[in-house]
Amino acid sequence: EVEETLKRIQSHKGVIGTMVVNAEGIPIRTTLDNSTTVQYAGLLHQLTMKAKSTVRDIDPQNDLTFLRIRSKKHEIMVAPDKEYLLIVIQNPCE
Amino acid sequence: MISRKRSKFGAPILFSDRNASSVRDSYIECTSYPDKNFTLTQLEQDVGTQVIPEIKGVSTQTKWAFPKNASTQYYPREFSEKEKGKLAQSKELADFLNSVSTSVEIALQQNEIMNTFVDDWKGLAEEEGTFGDKSDTHLKEYQSFTDLHSPMEKMITCIAWHPTIYGLIIVSVAVRLSYEERVHFSGKLLLQPSLILFWSFADPIHPQLMLESPDDIFCFAFCPSDPNIIAGGCINGQIVLWDITAHADRIENIKAGGGRSKKATLKPMFLLEPESNKEAMYIRHCAVSSIESGHKKVITDIHWLSDTFEINRMGSVFENRNGICCQLVTCSADCTICFWDIRPQKTAITQPTEKKKEETIEIPFDVPPTFLHLDLSWKPLSKIRLSKGETSLDHCPTKLSLNEEHVIFKTQDKMLGQDKAVKSTETNPYHDLEAGMSNILKPIDDFCTKFFVGTEEGEVIYTDWKMERDPETGRFVSKKPVNLYTVHDGAIHTVQRSPFYKDIVLTIGGWNVAIWKEDVMTGPLLQTCCAPKRYTSGHWSLTRPGVFYIGREDGYIDIWDLLEKTHEPAQSQNICITMITYIKPWTYSPKQQFIAIADYYGTLHILEIPWTLSHPSLNELSSVHYYFEREVKHLEYVQQRRIIRDQEKKEMERELERKKAKVYIKTKEQMEAELRMEYENYLELEKSVLYSLGLGKVSEKTSYMDVL
Repeated sequence: EVEETLKRIQSHKGVIGTMVVNAEGIPIRTTLDNSTTVQYAGLLHQLTMKAKSTVRDIDPQNDLTFLRIRSKKHEIMVAPDKEYLLIVIQNPCE
Repeated sequence: MISRKRSKFGAPILFSDRNASSVRDSYIECTSYPDKNFTLTQLEQDVGTQVIPEIKGVSTQTKWAFPKNASTQYYPREFSEKEKGKLAQSKELADFLNSVSTSVEIALQQNEIMNTFVDDWKGLAEEEGTFGDKSDTHLKEYQSFTDLHSPMEKMITCIAWHPTIYGLIIVSVAVRLSYEERVHFSGKLLLQPSLILFWSFADPIHPQLMLESPDDIFCFAFCPSDPNIIAGGCINGQIVLWDITAHADRIENIKAGGGRSKKATLKPMFLLEPESNKEAMYIRHCAVSSIESGHKKVITDIHWLSDTFEINRMGSVFENRNGICCQLVTCSADCTICFWDIRPQKTAITQPTEKKKEETIEIPFDVPPTFLHLDLSWKPLSKIRLSKGETSLDHCPTKLSLNEEHVIFKTQDKMLGQDKAVKSTETNPYHDLEAGMSNILKPIDDFCTKFFVGTEEGEVIYTDWKMERDPETGRFVSKKPVNLYTVHDGAIHTVQRSPFYKDIVLTIGGWNVAIWKEDVMTGPLLQTCCAPKRYTSGHWSLTRPGVFYIGREDGYIDIWDLLEKTHEPAQSQNICITMITYIKPWTYSPKQQFIAIADYYGTLHILEIPWTLSHPSLNELSSVHYYFEREVKHLEYVQQRRIIRDQEKKEMERELERKKAKVYIKTKEQMEAELRMEYENYLELEKSVLYSLGLGKVSEKTSYMDVL
């Protein structure tokens, strides 16, 4: 079932890579190569933590649900949770 | 000092009260006093002394630098495979993914639907980064080459740019005579060598190399896998092969003629003898095809087949394991298209004849032995005759355009790569042509074996090169053409596929131009109206998908831009005074694009294509593609309307017939009925009249008549 979900996400149009990272930034499942995964995991984990703390600082009742970073080449989507992080990289333009 | 009896130490202590006011000042003092028993007098004293230099005390405030890592080397924490597997199985992960996947998918779909960050303003603007003047749209004259050594007037028949070396253009020249004149001057023509000239930008007067051929060449082509091999088609139907590997270094490093040629230029050109011209050498051809079994008339077009496939005698397509181009296709005015293979034929029959030939022919020493096996005994692999059916007249092909599909190998790739690597280290593959013959080749299925042919009558034929078995005779016969279109008013001289779209073909002939799409059988996508002057040559632009160049018979070049205007050329420019015989553009860099134009008087003009003509506008590829799609739809619509119109027409005719028939039947019956009615009316009328007149009944009249 875990496989199914990940496969479904990976098969969307323009998706370059998908990865699941644990709360400490250590990758668990990934579709990209190791070095890229590790880099993405480490950097995005820190950024997500920062974003989460920012949101909560402003309003302690609030929480971060989704983080989307749009760059020139593609879009990085991070879905945070208590223990895990789902990172999807998509190329939106045709 | 306080003293007490020993027995009182450690005894339980009994506290008693005492009135504080009984003593003066309410406190009891236990003052200290020096006890003589315990005073010590210091009798010795230990003192040390040392001499030290002058002391100076200074203080300063220093910056507190905290230790910082200059560099760190680390490796990331990772889970082992087992841990990963364990985590993957855990329930938390499943829950997490379930909860998160919906939002992620929404986000992904949002991006798929629409790109919200598109800058519309930017999309409208054209690229601003131009190097040249944007208003400059004319082709600029760069250089022109003429062969001043030849005594007879020549015209240029074919141009090619050297595929790898910068600034090298190769032209084939032929004498400018009609058939009768050729026959008349045939003696003189035999003495003159027919040449292919190599011109370089650095030297506009002397050609760098001259390739000799037995007769005038009308078309030639470089081998795509080895630019030192050139195949040319002669006026007498022979194919000529040259191998210039030995002279490759001469043309690679071409410098402008230095002091050596200064002297030469002082003399008038026509006084110079060919021997004193030390720069250019005549290079003899390597091999010619057999005269009996080849073409009988001038070869009008020659192409090398792609190095990804090869053909056997039946026209079936196989994988090409050699990695080099080894097959040619030619079409000629004797109404045949031939396929040729440059590898040695594996037949035992040719052995005795080969032996004979070895005795009689002496090969000049400077000719490379690459194609010696082919010389004078080269037979075509297969011949296709373009017959018109029952009549004996056949189509006379002038130009071919093959489907340049590159077959992609999947599993064999690695092997091929290894083979290629091995071969490159050993020898030039063309010197070892026999090596590849023994491979068992894999046939390629679903390869499109159809191609376009343009004929001298102005017809465009779409036919198949695969032979099929004739059911009556059991022999292999070439297939009938799939489609034939009569579109042009004169001989077609250009049949060319667009460099951007593999199924769009441009045909130019007579007074108009047509653009075709390969799968659309109803007609051309675009057919221009007749031009005032005849079109004599044409070529697609190499960088702009919607632009093509056409040369006219009055020396003008028309530049058509499909996105600008489709009913007339976008631009027209005068190049020379006589008919343009060949156009060939070439790109060296994004900034430098040249177009070589050959005219009837033998002059080769090189012009530079300005920025506006060489750079595609934004989305030009997709716009032109869309234009073609629209034209296809337009054709379909026209077809459908035609069908509907036919139907309507039929219905209308049927209605008319039905009406006519009804009217006809109606009148016949009704006429009789009407006549009867009239007669009866008349009788009644008569009766009533007679009765009103008082003349009595009709019967009386009859009786009166009887009485009479």
